[in-house]
Amino acid sequence: MTEGTFGAPAGEPDLVQLLTPEGERCEHPDYAFDLDDEAIRGFYRDMVLTRRIDAEAIALQRQGELGIWASLLGQEAAQIGSGRAVRQQDFIFPTYREHGVAWCRGVDPLALISLFRGVDHGGWDPADVNFHLYTIVIGAQTLHATGYAMGMQRDGCVGTGDPERDAAVLAYFGDGASAQGDVNESFIWSAVFNTPTVYFLQNNQWAISAPQERQSRIPLYRRAAGFGFPGVRVDGNDVLASYAVTKAALQQARDGGGPTLIEAFTYRMGAHTTTDDPTRYRLQDELEHWKLKDPLARVKAYLTRNALIDDAFLSDLDTEADDLAAHVRAGTLAMPEPDLAATFDRVYAEMTPELRAQQEWFREYHASFHPSGQAADGGAPHAEVTR
Amino acid sequence: MTALTLAKSLNAGLRRAMEDDPKVVIMGEDIGRLGGVFRVTDGLQKDFGEDRVIDTPLAESGIVGTAIGLALRGYRPICEIQFDGFVYPAYDQIVSQVAKMRFRSQGRLAVPMVIRIPFGGGIGAVEHHSESPEAYFAHTAGLKVVACASPGDAYWMIQQCVASDDPVIFLEPKRRYYEKAEVDTEATEAPYPLFASRVVRDGTDAVLLAYGPMVKTCLEAAQAAAEEGKNLAVVDLRTLSPLDLDPVYELVRRTGRVVTVHEAPITGGLGAELATRITEECFYSLQAPVRRVGGFDTPYPPARAEEDFLPDLDRILDAVDRVLAY
Ligand SMILES: Cc1ncc(C[n+]2csc(CCOP(=O)(O)OP(=O)(O)O)c2C)c(N)n1
Repeated sequence: MTEGTFGAPAGEPDLVQLLTPEGERCEHPDYAFDLDDEAIRGFYRDMVLTRRIDAEAIALQRQGELGIWASLLGQEAAQIGSGRAVRQQDFIFPTYREHGVAWCRGVDPLALISLFRGVDHGGWDPADVNFHLYTIVIGAQTLHATGYAMGMQRDGCVGTGDPERDAAVLAYFGDGASAQGDVNESFIWSAVFNTPTVYFLQNNQWAISAPQERQSRIPLYRRAAGFGFPGVRVDGNDVLASYAVTKAALQQARDGGGPTLIEAFTYRMGAHTTTDDPTRYRLQDELEHWKLKDPLARVKAYLTRNALIDDAFLSDLDTEADDLAAHVRAGTLAMPEPDLAATFDRVYAEMTPELRAQQEWFREYHASFHPSGQAADGGAPHAEVTR
Repeated sequence: MTALTLAKSLNAGLRRAMEDDPKVVIMGEDIGRLGGVFRVTDGLQKDFGEDRVIDTPLAESGIVGTAIGLALRGYRPICEIQFDGFVYPAYDQIVSQVAKMRFRSQGRLAVPMVIRIPFGGGIGAVEHHSESPEAYFAHTAGLKVVACASPGDAYWMIQQCVASDDPVIFLEPKRRYYEKAEVDTEATEAPYPLFASRVVRDGTDAVLLAYGPMVKTCLEAAQAAAEEGKNLAVVDLRTLSPLDLDPVYELVRRTGRVVTVHEAPITGGLGAELATRITEECFYSLQAPVRRVGGFDTPYPPARAEEDFLPDLDRILDAVDRVLAY
């Protein structure tokens, strides 16, 4: 059992914070929150709803409806803050836990859930929402992010001064991922080519059971200096600060100012995934400590104290969350089973003769168990499902 | 028609691909001013600029991984891996990322890119410079794998691969880089389709199946066998994934005898796949078991022992004698 990062890094001067755990606004010399209270109400709504999606997905997993779920509990502020800082033309490369960022991008939660249910490998079209598919191999997507950012440079979408045109890439990864070669290679590339890449590292203290100390002997944001670009640590449980810092970094990138590493200092309040047992490696005290910093509670405290929300707002939000949960539940249960025969068509742009032969063989073999020509789930006949 | 080395043919093919499509970019180590360690990209940076012929940091996963991002943005990257033995640091990006991107996006995302790898031995190099990693890639769904064997094929195949919407592993037989042949660089169209094998020598007694550097060795073996009155056919497979075996089956039905030849270690190699498919397809035509000639199941040896490691005329002809003895 390890003490993890219990207690750190309260009062650390490097930590950008704009809203205290008690729900009080505070100042930072370099970053200011430039939106109004209405926007903060919106952030609160986003966080409540994504937490609810998360809770519903965990319940579905417990009931055997999902194979696995990676919970974002505790990371809502980091995700909503950063996710709301992107512009439409920016492009996001997530890992597998960015449900809140996906929410900001307008991805239907069911498109995320279908992956964890085992229906597909991601049900959204990245081109529609500028949000790439989840990447399970730790850190691999950071290189794709850099390459994509190089493409933006080449397309003349950086440093033109046109706010509609200038774009940046936002790449997400975790503290565990920071140890991967690909992430470090991505840092090198972004620095050398001065690409518009913003790295958003959610340091939730744990990579499954390995604490942050197992990945790095220095605070993670300081890594950036060694690669030649700025690193900043933000209170990842503070949605205002997460927003302000990400917005500034993205703007710098769009302007041609190159990459930034943002370390959002936060905490994974749940298990790593539904298959994990955190009691084996972390102390209950640590969780209790972080509960006091809950990202939702502090926004609610701020909004309540300043009479920006009332009971009607909260009960409407509750209803909205219930409806969303019902949508998630009903939609999950209604997902059609995937048709294996159809997946053969997605391997190549130009299918190979061997693969076509295997597909045809499988189709006939499968049909021999279903003489009516109906798919196993009673769905469309195969001829319609496949080409 | 001009007499060109295989390396110069590749250079000309790359040049033409870049002229044809402004989205084509080349990236790799030392490919700019130096023109690559084999000079395959010689002069391209001078003519197309540093933005299209990109000297990268020295990190293979980075080369392939950023190329994926560029491809997702609509570019057509060509990655040069300096030597076969250095492709492994990029293995995840190739096998788990490039190969699967289309599949996991349900066909929505295309990653049209070419990964060029100089492969094979026979040049007296130090370790990690002489390997034949083709089976790893041919085993991976979502990748296509081709090997050129002649300057003409090098010139055309590289252009065809760049134009392909599927990711392609493009294997270049490094020991043949400086061998010359006539290439028609004026022609408007490739003489052969990309994913097709070619019978490069017809024959009646047995058929040799090879690709890349071993095609020439097999042609020499067939020549030597002819002097002893044996008439061997030689097939240049050209494409390793997908395999194009219809022309092979036809020859097998005629000759009943097959020898496969590659430099890669025998176990789990392409020869095993070829032997199985031929057995499944032509069982009643076979007069002898398919025999495989290949490298041994050892790591690639020190250069002074490579002559004994690599299939040569004698080893090939010994295998031919065995299949003819049935
Ligand atoms: C290359 C690779 N190695 C191992 C794993 C298995 N794995 C999945 S998540 C994880 C921990 C990741 O920790 P971190 O990067 O901190 O992200 P977090 O899940 O905490 O958000 C591991 C080891 C993987 N997915 N990819």
